[in-house]
Amino acid sequence: MEIKNGIKCVVWDLDNTLWDGVLSEGDEVTLKPQIREILEELDRRGILLSIASKNNIDDAMNKLKEFEIDHYFLYPQIHWEPKSKSLDAIRQSINIGMDTLLFIDDRPFELDEVKSVHAAINCVHADRYQELLDHSSLIPAFITEDSVKRRLMYLEDMKRKQEEEAFSGTSEEFLKSLGMKFIISEAGEEDLKRAEELTVRTNQLNSTGRIYSYDELNHFRESPGHKLYVCELTDKYGSYGKIGIALAELTETHWHIKLLIMSCRVISHGVGTVLLTHIMQQAKQANKRLLADFKNTERNKMMYVSYRFSNFKEIAKAEDGFVILENDLTTIQKFPPYIELLVR
Amino acid sequence: MSMHEQIRNFIQDNLVVFDDDVEFSNEDNIFELGFVNSLFAMKLVTYIESEFNTTIESEEMDINNFNTIDNIVNFIHSKTVYQ
Repeated sequence: MEIKNGIKCVVWDLDNTLWDGVLSEGDEVTLKPQIREILEELDRRGILLSIASKNNIDDAMNKLKEFEIDHYFLYPQIHWEPKSKSLDAIRQSINIGMDTLLFIDDRPFELDEVKSVHAAINCVHADRYQELLDHSSLIPAFITEDSVKRRLMYLEDMKRKQEEEAFSGTSEEFLKSLGMKFIISEAGEEDLKRAEELTVRTNQLNSTGRIYSYDELNHFRESPGHKLYVCELTDKYGSYGKIGIALAELTETHWHIKLLIMSCRVISHGVGTVLLTHIMQQAKQANKRLLADFKNTERNKMMYVSYRFSNFKEIAKAEDGFVILENDLTTIQKFPPYIELLVR
Repeated sequence: MSMHEQIRNFIQDNLVVFDDDVEFSNEDNIFELGFVNSLFAMKLVTYIESEFNTTIESEEMDINNFNTIDNIVNFIHSKTVYQ
């Protein structure tokens, strides 16, 4: 089975894939063997699940409820439009890369149609569904507290979006009404698994694409020459979990940000630069120069723009495509007014 | 619509702090008036690139090119003159 590593979401067809039989033809459908266990295990691993099926939505959802598996699926796409559109809708709603989706269907036509529109997507024939749990692309290095809760956090997110759409006020008022708290702390040992997971999973708001192992992160955490920050975002609906990390090397004369990562899930909340602002303030207080590494990974332009719009300037190009940025710390932007900052 | 108006509308629509009809002039520094987050920064860059059919190079990504309406307009003009 050819699947790229790092699958974040598995999208299932229904008829003759998740269950035997064709619902709209009046068949008495039955779940395929082991399906229940597979869904449960993928969910436990923090891999998201969704549906792309050509069916009547009410009939299909009723059947999923009858099987008591309806709660596993985020943004199910059940209609008669092309499946490539369904996959696009799922990808946008969850805000992940197309190459992190895995699509399973029993009909080669559907697999080809999706693949023809989205070359990057991973497709697997339904015959092979029983191999999924053993495939390395669906086995995360760590199962963290956050991975187990991931589906619930997306469900909270769906609720937020519905409320945001229903909210008639301005968006600043809406953001204020969320009661967001942004909590910055120095990493504890219990944060490291999630920190490693963030370095692997985050593409857009990732300053260098560097991946650090658990042991390396643990070394930095204990080293007096480094600071390893983690941050968490909460609002009235609950916690988003640990959504950002930063690693800074501290020397006599300067602080040097080696890695800065914010989860894509919180981009729309306008908190992308809060951690950076905090580090800028800390470095200024310590009376040090502030440097940062950046490496273009094709997908992290947003991080570059964030640095530059925070008044970082390129001062040198290093080997391997790294550039070094410096901030003279003369102007540091305020924290957003709709958020409460807690530093622990 | 003039380019100034175009840019002003974009900023008002996309920078949360301008929701409440905050008045700002062509010279006001939008980075000092409100909180500019990553999302807005990225949207602004993408908007200028697509709307004015240009590419913003890394070295041009200077805050001084984008902190006021006047500076944004001047920057776009400088790009189109040299093309």
